[in-house]
Amino acid sequence: MNPLPLVAVAGSPNAGKSALFNALTGARQKVGNYPGVTVERHSGRLTLADGRPVELVDLPGAYSLDPASLDEAVTRDVLLGRQAGERSPDALIIVVDASNLDNHLRFALQLIELGLPTIVALNMVDLARRDGLELDPGRLAEALGVPVIETIAVRRRGIPDLQAALDDMLSAPRCPARHDAPSDLVKLQRRAREIATAAVISESPVRRWTHRLDSILLHPVVGPVILAAILFVMFQAVFAWSQLPVSWIEDGFAMLADGMTALLPAGLLRSLVVDGVIGGVGAVVVFLPQILILFFFILLLESTGYMVRAAFIMDKLMHWAGLSGRAFIPLLSSFACAVPGIMATRTIDNQKDRLTTILVAPLMTCSARLPVYTLIIAAFIPNRTVGYGVGLQGLVMFGLYAAGVAGALVAALVLRRTIVRGGGGAFMMELPKYQMPAIKDLALGLLQRAMIFLKRAGTIILGTTILLWALASFPQAPPGERQVEASIAGHISNGIYAVVKPIGFNHDISLALLPAMAAREVAISAIGTVYAIDSTDDAAGSQSLGDRLRGKWPLPTALAFLAWFVFAPQCISTIAVTRRETNGWKWPAFMVGYLFALAYIAAGLTYWTAVWLGL
Amino acid sequence: MIISRKMNAVFHPESLSLDQLKVGSRAHVASIDWDVLEHSEACRLRHFGFDEGVLVEPLHLGPFGRDPLAIRVGRMTVAIRRSHARAVRVVPA
Repeated sequence: MNPLPLVAVAGSPNAGKSALFNALTGARQKVGNYPGVTVERHSGRLTLADGRPVELVDLPGAYSLDPASLDEAVTRDVLLGRQAGERSPDALIIVVDASNLDNHLRFALQLIELGLPTIVALNMVDLARRDGLELDPGRLAEALGVPVIETIAVRRRGIPDLQAALDDMLSAPRCPARHDAPSDLVKLQRRAREIATAAVISESPVRRWTHRLDSILLHPVVGPVILAAILFVMFQAVFAWSQLPVSWIEDGFAMLADGMTALLPAGLLRSLVVDGVIGGVGAVVVFLPQILILFFFILLLESTGYMVRAAFIMDKLMHWAGLSGRAFIPLLSSFACAVPGIMATRTIDNQKDRLTTILVAPLMTCSARLPVYTLIIAAFIPNRTVGYGVGLQGLVMFGLYAAGVAGALVAALVLRRTIVRGGGGAFMMELPKYQMPAIKDLALGLLQRAMIFLKRAGTIILGTTILLWALASFPQAPPGERQVEASIAGHISNGIYAVVKPIGFNHDISLALLPAMAAREVAISAIGTVYAIDSTDDAAGSQSLGDRLRGKWPLPTALAFLAWFVFAPQCISTIAVTRRETNGWKWPAFMVGYLFALAYIAAGLTYWTAVWLGL
Repeated sequence: MIISRKMNAVFHPESLSLDQLKVGSRAHVASIDWDVLEHSEACRLRHFGFDEGVLVEPLHLGPFGRDPLAIRVGRMTVAIRRSHARAVRVVPA
């Protein structure tokens, strides 16, 4: 059987390539990796008007076939038919930004030279018009020698025309592709400028929107204030907006637990289902609203074009810490999860900058820590305002995030002067035009995040909870003895306990640390499971986990637990992705070592300071 | 866009480096010292469209230490560090 025709979507960064790919393929996308390298491969399927299916692959954004980054190297190799795990594309859709033709046509010309059947999508024509620029697609098509279709990918405009052109192109007889040496970049650039200038019908000089916005958002004083305000609102919103959906999820799981308790006879099975599965998974799924709110902000900042401005503002500070402004985006993404954050470091060209960024990325407070922070803060920090509508709980949360950021900057500074020395990094980024984000693209991104999280809850977390339930349930404690002490888990954690006792941790915490290696949020379900099994009377069983913790943990212990989680590398996935991204065990081993050391010191300092203060 | 290929940094009395150019004032690129740049950095500058004769204009400066610089090149706005801007000689338009 002949494979489906493969159409590659290529273009320069900020041409709106991914939005066009979303518009063509819809939600039916596969996200994978190219073998051997850690560049994401997005593919999807498109059905032409006559019912023929076509496979579409979204290539990483590139400025030219002369790569300056790993992403660009993959794009070049796919296009030249050299990339392992990818067949040679049969046709190309080149996406160019209508208001940046001078630049984007250079890459387009280079691609057209390859001799594949090609269509150019003249994208974002609305933004070009907003800037007073009228273009003639006919003239452009003539100069380039390939069809040119006007599109507004984020608004899904021009997509049927593009599909029709694709249909025509794939029906026409194919010529073999040429793979000869590309023309000189400088010559191509000059030709690109000539063609771009010739395609302009009229240009009225308007004060560009983007420039006007930038004079506020990149203002030396106002800019950083706005950035700080955005980040602050973001983290307050994670708390405030999530309260209602969180209570719905809590009620739902409580009803489910009651139902199962009524349905099943008392005994091991009921204990497994109610305490192990529903209790454990419910304790984690309850944080889905907060994770989605955080991702909503990150996706929003990315799609509007503000994320790069944040990098611009932060570059100098990052540079002092030995990093580049480019590291700001991977590190900000690490607030959601260090795994995509570490993967995003591939956009950093300088290898030493990249390694340092990877090593400090786990210090950014990821969403898996939120469940831990939320529970402990809700249980131990009084819910009152400190004035001007600022909640004390939110303030402590902000402080924990700030501690992570400060830790990351100091760690980067030390690493850059000791272990990862030399090679001053570069910061070269395009500042794209501001854009209203497409709700559909935001929704698709959020949906993908939600599925990843729920899949984790359904697999790793469910498995770990059941295993822990078994470890905590067997052997059964004889009357008069605590189940926590008698179980297998109790004996294992005795070993851990000996190590963490000096930093104020109790037996229950040491019990949670081991399963929390699977995923940080498991710490909560682990403690939840332990207390659910341990509660002998029904009154204690109906208490919330937070209430029970408040009764059992002294405040210094709770604070030390928080400090531990700011630094501890409690996550197998992060360690695994670090191994993959650094090609070996050396750097992940180093990372785990220094982070555990930091966590131990931080928790110890917090505990003894709190004890000394008499808290 | 005016493209003049005859300007030369060494002999041009008015030439200055891009990082000395004031925000809002325009200049043509006279020459770029590619040798002081690493290969990937030079590549990126080329990708951004830096080339002799091209019109450039600093638009914004970073809030800390007036670094990095946001520079308009053709129809694009790009951010580069002051240290890299030093490699670009310009002649005010």
